[in-house]
Amino acid sequence: MTAPLTAGFADPVLDSQRCFRSVLDGMARPGRIHTVSGVIPPAPLCSAAAAVLLTLADHETPLWAHADFAPARGWIAFHCGVPDAADPARAVFALSMGLPDLAGFNPGTHEAPETSATVIVQLPSLTGGAPLRLRGPGLRDSVLLAPIGLPADFVIVWRRNRGLFPAGIDLILCAGEELAALPRTVAIEEA
Amino acid sequence: MTEGYNFAYLDEQTKRMIRRALLKAVAIPGHQVPFGSREMPLPYGWGTGGIQVTASVLGPDDVLKVIDQGADDTTNAVSIRRFFAKTAGVATTTHTAEATVIQTRHRIPEKALRDDQIIVYQVPQPEPLFRLESSRVETRRMHGLADYGLMHVKLYEDVARFGQISIAYDYPVMVNGRYLMSPSPIPAFDNPKMDRMPALQLFGAGREKRIYAIPPWTDVRSLDFDDHPFRAINALEPCGLCGATDAYLDEVVTDDKGGRLFVCSDTDHCAERRDAGHVGKDGVP
Repeated sequence: MTAPLTAGFADPVLDSQRCFRSVLDGMARPGRIHTVSGVIPPAPLCSAAAAVLLTLADHETPLWAHADFAPARGWIAFHCGVPDAADPARAVFALSMGLPDLAGFNPGTHEAPETSATVIVQLPSLTGGAPLRLRGPGLRDSVLLAPIGLPADFVIVWRRNRGLFPAGIDLILCAGEELAALPRTVAIEEA
Repeated sequence: MTEGYNFAYLDEQTKRMIRRALLKAVAIPGHQVPFGSREMPLPYGWGTGGIQVTASVLGPDDVLKVIDQGADDTTNAVSIRRFFAKTAGVATTTHTAEATVIQTRHRIPEKALRDDQIIVYQVPQPEPLFRLESSRVETRRMHGLADYGLMHVKLYEDVARFGQISIAYDYPVMVNGRYLMSPSPIPAFDNPKMDRMPALQLFGAGREKRIYAIPPWTDVRSLDFDDHPFRAINALEPCGLCGATDAYLDEVVTDDKGGRLFVCSDTDHCAERRDAGHVGKDGVP
C-alpha cells in the first residue's frame, strides 16, 4: 500500500522561479542560507531538496538517488519526470543523504566543465555544526558555514574536488526548509 | 499582463534548461556554457540572449531596468522593457538604484551596483578569441588549457604597431585568474567596474547560444603588460549637459560646421545630476 501522492509546488511557475533565485543567489554567494518553503514531500526527502528538484530536474537530467530515498522516488518521478541514473557517473543531479563518494560522479572535463554533476546533499541541519570557513568568488571576505552531518574529512575531500577546477562537482546542501550551495570554486578550511 | 503567454514568455522547460546553465556558469566564473537558445519574438542581434536570461531570472516582485548604450529611451531598451512589462507584468524603472534586475547592451551604469542587484548583459560574440581563431573546437581547447598566448601576442602587436593597446570596447578580461572572457562590447572604460562588483553579472549570447557569469566580488582583470598598463579611454571634456568628468561620454555631432557635444552615455546618471543642479557648459539650468 503506497501513501497518496502529495502535491508539488502550489504555483509551479512562480514557486520554481522563487526557488531558482534562492539557488542562484546561494551559488553566487557560497554559504549564504536561503529558506524555501511550500513543498511537503514524502519522508525522508526534505522540503528544500524537493523544491530544488522541482525547480531544476526534468526528463533531460538523469537523477541518481541514495537508496534511503526509495520512499520518495515515486513522488520525484511523478512531479519531475526524471529518468533514473543507476550509474552515478551518468547522473546530472544526485540526491544523497549526507555526503556521497564524490569520485563516483561526473566531474566534467576541462573543455566542458559544465557537464559535471550537481549533488544535492541532505543534512540534519545547516547550522550548529563545526564551523567551516569559506573563501572564493562570490565572497567579499571569508564567511562561516556550520552544517551538521558532513564527514570529518570533508575539508580534504573538498580540496580534492576543488583541485579538479575547472572541472568539479557542485553541492547544494539542504536541511529542512534551508539550502546553501558550495560551488566548486569555494575554498574551505576548518575555522 | 498579457493573457495567453506563460509568465515572462518562455515555457517552463526552457527556463529550467537556462537556469541549469546559469548555475553552472556561476560555478565556473567566465566559462561559456552552451545552451539551447530559443527563437524569440525579435531577431538575433537584438538582445535575445539577454532576454532569455532575464526571462529565466525574473519574478513578479522584480523591478526591471533596460539600457541600450547607457540610454533608457532607445528603441532596443524601450521594446525589451515593454516586452517584460507585457509578458511578466513586472514593474519597470529607468533609475539604476530602484532596479533589481538590469538588462544592458554595451554599458554598465555609472552608479555603483549593489549586492541585491543582478546585471544581465546582451552579448553578440561571447568568444574573446573569435577574431584570432575561428574554430570553436580550437578555442574550446584553448580555454580548457588556459592557453591564451594568442591574445597576448595580439595585444603585443598592437603595442608594437600603434604604441598602445588599440582596443576601445569589448576589451578582454581574465576572470578569477582562469578564464579569458569577453565583457561584451562595453567600452574599456567600464571594465574596472566589473572587478569585484557586488552584483551578480550574467551574460547571454542568443545567436551564439552561450551563457556565462561572474559571481559577486570576483577578480576581473583587463589584460595588459607591466610596461603598458590597462588604461580606460574617455573623452577629455566634461559632459556638456551635467558637467560630469567621471562618466563615459558620447560624442554627438550637432551641425555640419564641426559642432559637437559630449554628453553622458548613461542617461539616468546625467538626468540625476542635472536634477541635483549640476549644469554643463552646453546645458540649461
